[in-house]
Amino acid sequence: MRVMAQMSMVMNLDKCIGCHTCSVTCKQVWTNRDGMEYVWFNNVETKPGIGYPRYYEDQERWNGGWIRNKRGRLKLKSGGRLKKLATIFSNNDLPTIDDYYEPWTYDYDMLVSAPQTKNGPVARPKSLLTGKDMSITWSGNWDDNLGGSQETAHGDPILDHMSEHVKMEFENTFMFYLPRICEHCLNPSCVSACPSGAMYKREEDGIVLVDQDDCRGWRMCVSACPYKKVYFNHKTNKAEKCTLCYPLIEQGKPTICSETCVGRLRYLGLMLYDADRVLEAASIEDEHELLDAQRSVMLDPFDPEVIAQAKRDGIADDWIEAAQNSPIYKLISEYKVALPLHPEYRTMPMVWYIPPLSPVVDVVSNSGADGEDVRNLFAAIDKLRIPVEYLAGLFTAGDTVPIEHSLKKLAAMRSYMRDINLGNDANENIAHAVGMTGEEIEAMYRLLAIAKHEDRYVIPKAHVESARDLEDFACSLDTDGGPGMGGARSTGDVLATARIPGTPIDATVESFHSLKNLTDPTEPSTSGRMNLLNWNGKGITNGMFPPPADSGSPA
Amino acid sequence: MTDMTVFDVLLWVAFPYVAAASFIVGHILRYRYDKFGWTSRSSQTYESKWLRWGSPMFHYGILGVFAGHVVGLLIPREWLYFIGIDEHTYHLGATWLGTVVALITIAGIVILLARRGAVRRITRVTTVMDVVMYVFLAGALVLGTIAVIQFQVLGEGYDYRGTVSPWTRSLILFQPDASLMVGVPLIFQLHVLCSTALFLIWPYTRLVHVLSVPVWYLFRPYVVYRSRDDHRGARAIRRGWEKSPVIESKHPKQKQRVGAGR
Repeated sequence: MRVMAQMSMVMNLDKCIGCHTCSVTCKQVWTNRDGMEYVWFNNVETKPGIGYPRYYEDQERWNGGWIRNKRGRLKLKSGGRLKKLATIFSNNDLPTIDDYYEPWTYDYDMLVSAPQTKNGPVARPKSLLTGKDMSITWSGNWDDNLGGSQETAHGDPILDHMSEHVKMEFENTFMFYLPRICEHCLNPSCVSACPSGAMYKREEDGIVLVDQDDCRGWRMCVSACPYKKVYFNHKTNKAEKCTLCYPLIEQGKPTICSETCVGRLRYLGLMLYDADRVLEAASIEDEHELLDAQRSVMLDPFDPEVIAQAKRDGIADDWIEAAQNSPIYKLISEYKVALPLHPEYRTMPMVWYIPPLSPVVDVVSNSGADGEDVRNLFAAIDKLRIPVEYLAGLFTAGDTVPIEHSLKKLAAMRSYMRDINLGNDANENIAHAVGMTGEEIEAMYRLLAIAKHEDRYVIPKAHVESARDLEDFACSLDTDGGPGMGGARSTGDVLATARIPGTPIDATVESFHSLKNLTDPTEPSTSGRMNLLNWNGKGITNGMFPPPADSGSPA
Repeated sequence: MTDMTVFDVLLWVAFPYVAAASFIVGHILRYRYDKFGWTSRSSQTYESKWLRWGSPMFHYGILGVFAGHVVGLLIPREWLYFIGIDEHTYHLGATWLGTVVALITIAGIVILLARRGAVRRITRVTTVMDVVMYVFLAGALVLGTIAVIQFQVLGEGYDYRGTVSPWTRSLILFQPDASLMVGVPLIFQLHVLCSTALFLIWPYTRLVHVLSVPVWYLFRPYVVYRSRDDHRGARAIRRGWEKSPVIESKHPKQKQRVGAGR
């Protein structure tokens, strides 16, 4: 046994309203840069749907993830080491930018600079790749809320595996949202496919990262990731991916996507796992057993043996305590309501999902029956094959049993808590029907429904932080086109460009200059105009208003 | 040598050494100061259909070209005689293999350049340094191919192993002999000069990726683990990312290796 800690996430899909706040805030923080316009480290997909990039789940086409060979050993689906090197000149599994979408901007200037005409001016879309006019035909969430999915969703690989009848019916039947980030897998195929060894899994918290100095742009990680969550920055020509906001995690703070989630459906916490058993579990023959295999790799943080071994393996006491309080451990291992996304890829993903009960409740309620009655719900779960089978295709490699268990626990919680809320006696039978006690149900209710900030996020600080580090955090990723958003282009630029490569930036000096610029933004980003984002709200500054029409003569 | 001019020495001694110095020092400096810029600059995400033909043709071709040059330039012919490859066998092999490989390579680079010119997305990200590099790269390829076809295929055959090859080795052994290159046919001379110029600009172009051939991948465990304490690369540790000794001493540092992470 070798104990390692993994920072993990669970998302409660029952509460996702598909508002895309997580995607937008993530984009603002991480991918709002040249070369990354088409990239969403976090995206929200409507299911059923073909996802982003299009048809990413179709591994017959993209060859992502692992396969188990005849000898029972895992092999990258895209080929072994020699094949990787032999095909390094052209990666035939690589999605092109069109499989995501061609990024664009609008000709906004036209709106203010067009001469007076009979018709109002129009801001036309311009491609960010060619600079030319383009017509927008796809985007990161083009089939949002099933929009146009009559045209596209037949390509959904999960629907493909279901019956013809389902394909025709799904739109009337159910719909839910699937927010996705990097899975920070225990057995990452992207890391395994990187010829340069630039990708790595952090020993301390299991976060999967790309070393931007080591990446040589061979692009093997992009195609090897079955979730297509490693992206190619087409300006810097290096791979980039979701970092699980590690600068925040290290300070004990939740990721941007979690913190800004209005549905409060994301959970962050540690999982202890046995690193020695990962490969064995990922190589299990029967795909339906992968879920249990992965659960068995997770260790019980209360087990004295595990604690002793964790200490021997260098895990600090406060981290073990955090693992004991982890909401992830409760959802994955105790309540067993969370399930992994596509375990059949054999990467051992560590962002798990609580399947949505709402499609079932909707059907029951719409039929005029009581949508909170446990018998109605249980019957519906048993009877409504379409959502259950679809969810199974997503979370359990097609095995409907764990989906039913999970949904029934959610249904039981709903019914059990209704009795309490209505002042009736709690019905212990409901809890027993799903193998839980009333106390457990109430604890699960507090975690899932009340979902207090401190219960959702149990994140121990990394063991090297100091107050001074926090002060300088803002500039640490500043490189041209790098993850630090390209540096302080409009404010502290003097320093950013004049610095000798390899020398540290003194953030204190830089922020001083930024502040000075804020109070007097004399260097607007567009000449003759003033950048309102830099305005401190005090007084009128140059460029805020256009010059008087006839500045030469008195008024 | 009586018929050697200062110009000859500049061309055939000074210039190659300047190019070699630039090649070596340039790579070291680039590695030291611009690891972030060290990439293959792949344009495959913009366009894949043409690249999947052009790129392997060019790259496998150029590897063949490289191998041919190693045999022709660096290995003295006496050594080849010793293992049974006489002048005639060598000539046949070098000429025919060389021509085929050269044509594949040229076809590959033609596809790649045509694609670069025709697909606006790629044209737009092509830098000045890319253009300069392509001029010398394509120039060296075309000149070399013309030389092979003109002299080896159509002509009598030029014995470059008596002139260009010993000159190359004389440079490597630091006993440069410019006189060997004086009587060489113009087309060979131009090929050599063009290639030398390519080596000169090499480290400042996208060609740096050639030195990053990831052979090590064959011998590495699949999953790489690294501690967050590991500081790799040549950059100085930035403020805010150095370790704090105070807190470290309070808590046992988590340090443990799994697999053979670098």
